[in-house]
Amino acid sequence: MSSTAKKANIVKKASTVKKAGTVKKEWPLWEVFVRGQHGLAHRHVGSLHAPDSKMAMNNARDVYTRRGEGLSIWVVPSHTITASAPSDKGPLFEPANSKVYRHPGFFNIPDEIGHM
Amino acid sequence: MYAQMVKSTGNQVKNLEEMEPDERAFQTRINADIKIEAKDWMPDGYRRTLIRQISQHAHSEIVGQLPESNWIKRAPTLERKAILLAKVQDEAGHGLYLYCAAETLGISRDEMTEQLLAGKAKYSSIFNYPTLSWADMGAIGWLVDGAAIMNQVPLQYCSFGPYARAMVRICKEESFHQRQGFDIMMKLVGGTKAQKDMAQDALNRWWWPALMMFGPPDASSVHSAQSFAWNIKQNSNDELRQKFVDQTVPQAQHLGLEIPDADLVWNEDKGSYDYGAVDWDEFFAVLSGNGPCNAERLQARQKAWDDGAWFREGLTANAQKRAKL
Repeated sequence: MSSTAKKANIVKKASTVKKAGTVKKEWPLWEVFVRGQHGLAHRHVGSLHAPDSKMAMNNARDVYTRRGEGLSIWVVPSHTITASAPSDKGPLFEPANSKVYRHPGFFNIPDEIGHM
Repeated sequence: MYAQMVKSTGNQVKNLEEMEPDERAFQTRINADIKIEAKDWMPDGYRRTLIRQISQHAHSEIVGQLPESNWIKRAPTLERKAILLAKVQDEAGHGLYLYCAAETLGISRDEMTEQLLAGKAKYSSIFNYPTLSWADMGAIGWLVDGAAIMNQVPLQYCSFGPYARAMVRICKEESFHQRQGFDIMMKLVGGTKAQKDMAQDALNRWWWPALMMFGPPDASSVHSAQSFAWNIKQNSNDELRQKFVDQTVPQAQHLGLEIPDADLVWNEDKGSYDYGAVDWDEFFAVLSGNGPCNAERLQARQKAWDDGAWFREGLTANAQKRAKL
């Protein structure tokens, strides 16, 4: 196939995709986590689309660590993450509100005892 | 700004008593400065308006690479070339952060790309002007990125969590863009007469389009009230434009360049500059597709999309093959 014909073929394919309205298959979404230099845990920094984990890693490096932000990257397929639902907020988090004794400031320790 | 004409619901802003319980709870959270997250309940109008605003913003970052890419191969030194390349790469990154934020609202990346290529989605009017000389790289960084920062800093505190977080990253990087532009201008005004003239010419051509970036004047900005109530817009167009003028005029004076506005004068009473009339006919013409480079910009995006098709398909095929092994 000549290169012009090849190109025409590609263009044709691209336009078929467009006409179909909803685009065929999008690359899956990945969540990106980066650990910085100061020993803290990996932190979620954003997401990206990539066909596989290798490309996700390459893209994560380009998109999220251009300024020395990290020493380690995790990429995780978004669909594998189970998230709590906003409607679960009450049952999940309210029980903690009534247990203020879990915070050290709840207890009054005499000043003369010093730091504890 | 990067999203200059975001159509809001068109309805009047409701007060809390008029709202259904869901919407009242939603608005109460916004009023208390609690972020709205993607899975939270939100009014359809909020979702639609934000999709438009964030995708316009993202498209602006992506199309915004084109005027500058014109000068990557023509940069005067290897260092300038590397710096410009890094800046343009940042713009691509900014586009990606923003597309991701928009996707959390239920639109796909490909749908947004389709809307852009079909000419259905807007992007900032500023990127439809040509870059005629190296000094334009200076003027764009200094003025265009300067104006962008002015708009984006408050957006870090907007009500929608994913948008606000994308803005935090973008603002950190944007400062480099403005400073590299100003640095180019300083170098040019310190050079030969021809170089200084080049800098003045760039300022002459970019000043008014930069003022237009903030969008139409408040009096004709019909969609603002609801966006203010939802805290996805914090400052009026005229307010930010004034702030930009006040910040930029002394910088131009420092460079020894003249702002191309005969009506520009310090107003002692209000403690800021009065400036001349912006040509809003030009703004609306450019925004509706009739600027000097609208067609060229969309052609370039279409070509990039078409030329990249074989590569995207190859990666997909490879990933599918490996998944089967």
